[in-house]
Amino acid sequence: MSEIINAIFTYGFLSRALIVGLLISVCAAVLGVILVLKRYSMIGDGLSHISFGALAFASVMGFAPLSVALPVVAAAAVLLLRLGGKKIKGDSLIAIISGSALAIGIMLISYSGTSADMNSYLIGSLYAISKNDMAMAIVLCMCVMIVFTLLYNRIFCITFDEDFASATGIKVNLYNTIVAVLIAVTVVLGMRLMGALLISSLIVFPALSAMRVFKSFMAVTISAACISVISFLAGFFLTLLWDGMPTGACITLVNLIIFIGLSIAEKVRK
Amino acid sequence: MAIIELKNVTMSYEGSRVINELSISINKGDYVCVVGENGSGKTTLIKGLLGLKALDGGEIIFGEGLRKNEIGYLPQQSEMQRDFPASVKEVVRSGRINRKGILAFFGAKDRKICDNAMKKLEIDHLAHKCYHELSGGQQQKVLLARAICASEHLLILDEPASSLDVGAADEMYEVINKLHDEGMTIIMISHDIEKALTWADYVLHLGNQKALYYGRSKDYKARAIEGGFWERGK
Repeated sequence: MSEIINAIFTYGFLSRALIVGLLISVCAAVLGVILVLKRYSMIGDGLSHISFGALAFASVMGFAPLSVALPVVAAAAVLLLRLGGKKIKGDSLIAIISGSALAIGIMLISYSGTSADMNSYLIGSLYAISKNDMAMAIVLCMCVMIVFTLLYNRIFCITFDEDFASATGIKVNLYNTIVAVLIAVTVVLGMRLMGALLISSLIVFPALSAMRVFKSFMAVTISAACISVISFLAGFFLTLLWDGMPTGACITLVNLIIFIGLSIAEKVRK
Repeated sequence: MAIIELKNVTMSYEGSRVINELSISINKGDYVCVVGENGSGKTTLIKGLLGLKALDGGEIIFGEGLRKNEIGYLPQQSEMQRDFPASVKEVVRSGRINRKGILAFFGAKDRKICDNAMKKLEIDHLAHKCYHELSGGQQQKVLLARAICASEHLLILDEPASSLDVGAADEMYEVINKLHDEGMTIIMISHDIEKALTWADYVLHLGNQKALYYGRSKDYKARAIEGGFWERGK
């Protein structure tokens, strides 16, 4: 264990992965509570596919990956959260947009003949976190914390009852847009670590686990963040202990174990 | 003076006109029950009053110093709310959000108003309970307490007893009547005309894009039978 801790302080990529992972875990968990309660659990999955398509496009065209992925995913998130359920049902809309984006990404990679570092985007990697990613993760986490703290009561009101919130004069669409953009940034940054295939589990699992035990919005939000941090740390150290294990998969499995444990605890308590 | 006045209000639902040039006024302290068949525009009208849906034409004038965002609204419960992890206190307190600026933090005054609303509806003992663990009747009372926190003057209730059993529905109507007796103006959508006639002072019967009847509830039945919309209203 002491070797691992030494390695974290010795190798910059490990300390960056640890910092970014912790920050993204907190953001994903807090935003995940809103998504799960709004019945938009699959949005993280959809956005990660869209992000994969955007990153493939950037890679083939020679653009900076984040400069393409962030605006594209943010626009998709706004579209999904605001249009979902109007003309096409929310889950169907996610399936259409994410499937199409993934197909475009795969076509572009096949056509160009370059796989670039697409594998790391698909399954995640500890080695993929750049200094730029870390700076963005710090800014994102600060934004999420500030937005959540200052607007907590409004976010609760909107999440619980959009019609009532609108009737009291809250600009629901504006708040949904803010949340959508924050989710988009979380997904794009989190993909480097968790991979496109597993980033949604970082968003959904902590909220679902917290909801097994806690029965108020405040308690669910705080405990989801704690569960997410614990899962990340466990997954991170497991990755380092078992060389070659993918980080995203380890974190997801730890999350699954916590979810099963808390579900059993809920049954026993009843 | 009227607390709400509708002048030639015209509204549509999904592209179809459901209300055409409706003009009515509701005075402070009135208890108005809005009835009509499915698709007659009841909920559309309520959403227009709340500013949740734009009018195609006409205008809605608020009097008696009432502001549009100071209406206590009790919407129909969504499926999402049924397993929402929120304490009763959190839900009731969110009714005070319309009195707050961009940074909506609740103070001692808000807490006192919420406590009073819960006491008034006799749900103060449930304050720390989880909303989704309550019975249907208790949940409706929690949402009514939230509406009271949002307004001391006007409540708009969208079928408050629709998902309740007979006993809980009667209790709900009694609670609403008690609030009316204390001076609250009530506008309530209901499918249950018999109950509406029991409790409400006025009935607004919507149909064929207009008000088939708007007047005192005691005169409604004779006019409804005469006009041929009694059975349809039921």
